[in-house]
Amino acid sequence: MSTSKRIPVAAIVMATAAALAACAVQPPAAKPPALGTAVSAEEVARWDISIPPSGAGLPRGGGTARQGLQVYEQKCLACHGAKGAGKPADPLAGGVGSLASKTPLRTVGSYWPYATTLFDYVRRAMPIANPLSLSDDEVYAVSAYVLFLNGIVGEDAQMNAQTLPQVKMPNRDGFVDMSRR
Amino acid sequence: MNRIDRTKRTLMGRSVSEPNGTIGRRTFLARSAGIAGAAVAGVAASAGLAPGANAQGLAGHPWERVYGAAFAGYGQPSRFELPVVRHFLRPYGDLAPGSGAALTPIESLEGIITPSSLHNVRNHSGTPDIDPKQHQLLLHGLVARPLTFSMESLWRYPMTTRTYFIECAGNSLRNLAPKPLQLPAGAIHGNISCSEWTGVPLRMLLEEAGLQPQAKWLLAEGADSAHMSRSIPLDKALDDTMIALYQNGERLRPEQGYPVRLLLPGWEGNTSVKWLRSLKATEGPTHTKDETSKYTDPLPDGRALQFTFEMGVKSVITRPSSTMTLPRPGFYEISGIAWSGAGRIRRVEVSTDGGANWVEAALTGAERAKCLVRFRLPWEWTGQAVVLLSRATDEKGHVQPPRKEWIAQYAPDARFHNNSIVSWAVNADGSVKNVYI
Repeated sequence: MSTSKRIPVAAIVMATAAALAACAVQPPAAKPPALGTAVSAEEVARWDISIPPSGAGLPRGGGTARQGLQVYEQKCLACHGAKGAGKPADPLAGGVGSLASKTPLRTVGSYWPYATTLFDYVRRAMPIANPLSLSDDEVYAVSAYVLFLNGIVGEDAQMNAQTLPQVKMPNRDGFVDMSRR
Repeated sequence: MNRIDRTKRTLMGRSVSEPNGTIGRRTFLARSAGIAGAAVAGVAASAGLAPGANAQGLAGHPWERVYGAAFAGYGQPSRFELPVVRHFLRPYGDLAPGSGAALTPIESLEGIITPSSLHNVRNHSGTPDIDPKQHQLLLHGLVARPLTFSMESLWRYPMTTRTYFIECAGNSLRNLAPKPLQLPAGAIHGNISCSEWTGVPLRMLLEEAGLQPQAKWLLAEGADSAHMSRSIPLDKALDDTMIALYQNGERLRPEQGYPVRLLLPGWEGNTSVKWLRSLKATEGPTHTKDETSKYTDPLPDGRALQFTFEMGVKSVITRPSSTMTLPRPGFYEISGIAWSGAGRIRRVEVSTDGGANWVEAALTGAERAKCLVRFRLPWEWTGQAVVLLSRATDEKGHVQPPRKEWIAQYAPDARFHNNSIVSWAVNADGSVKNVYI
């Protein structure tokens, strides 16, 4: 009697163990949790400060080198020197034609492939102690001034969302894209 | 009674009930006070015994005879290790004190993992002070569903843990100076560190947002005041790229991107954008300042290589190394670090005769890809002047190049991706100098 009682108990234990084992190897399907929050195009536009070579995303407004001189003298000259000569921070002008020499001078004029990068970088990072403080007109104007210092645009050339991406930089074709190799 | 009353006050007047057999906090505090009282009584009793009959005559330093320091909430190294600090490279000086780099003192460290407090730092506009409750990551551009992620939500995703090095592309630029600088190894080659990183595979978030077919690149952007930004090919983003949240078991340090950074294993550190605020799916690269005017590799003919992401195979002997002195001839272990952005380290060879003969060193950690490897070789220094070199080979067969060979490939002002062989001269007086051979 006692033996016959034990057998079903053992069977139940084994069945339970098997069921538990089955549970252990079959957890609920692990879907990624999808916890991102939908965001409107207007909100994205407020966040997105990047400007690619096409100029997509460039804001309204504009400015000339003549207008940019004043911005430069107030906000940039202390670090980048008169006429973008550099020191203590990087030089911004000169060096065109120097890249294959023994003393290459890499500046916006001699090295940078796209003028849109100038707008993008000034707006996102400059002046170093006070980024995002310039108006869009000021960014266009000071970009025009740096291009003018390099002899790339005229003193009264209007830089805006249409004209800036059209500027042909001297070193536009100077890079070998290694991401394709 | 007084003691119990004080305990009550520390419990802010709350009544603490203690079920049978459990030790409540009030009882625990009262008992602890009793133990301290007994210890004081014991000291008083021993004062009456004759000298020699107790432990006073036995050897033992002062710290063995006083009660040790109390617990610290966040531990610190011994005060005797205070000289072990990072080496600063500040190209703009006080004008921009947070711009530049803090290099890891690799000459003072052992093993594979870099302590978080000594991890190399490359900042463009200092370290931001970010409130994780307010910080968000925006995923947008060529996606079906533009999304924002709060930190609370990112912390809930399934995570992976991996050990990876991060090397700044500008590491070892100081060894391109015309004359070899006599600085500690870390001040020259310390823009490299290795940590255990935990985070969410980027692929998971990209799948949630739904990439459009024309998306081929991502623009990653930081929330520092430089809004440092880099374009990243989508293939890498979908491969082993991680949204890193933890470093060496704790949440990221501010200088490593708190609360969230990108981590691109094996690629130049600049692409592992810290303080990540935005990822934008794009058709082509954005050509940001840090992938055009900087982090490009100029060639002698005036052209420049762009998007050279992978860090080359490299090794450095950290002990003995520049500025150290060997006190006397005899046994020394040559110890160093090796790594490759292409994968695993297959072999590190060491020469103790300026490159005439090479011996294979023992490796620790070679099973891990894109991770620091520790190499070691026992060495008997006879007291004669010698030059020590190390040369690493990775699993793809890439071999660390000699310095002259590396320099010949590039323009005179090249300074990124210098993975050339490092040479330390041990002079007869035991002084170790940085040399070019």
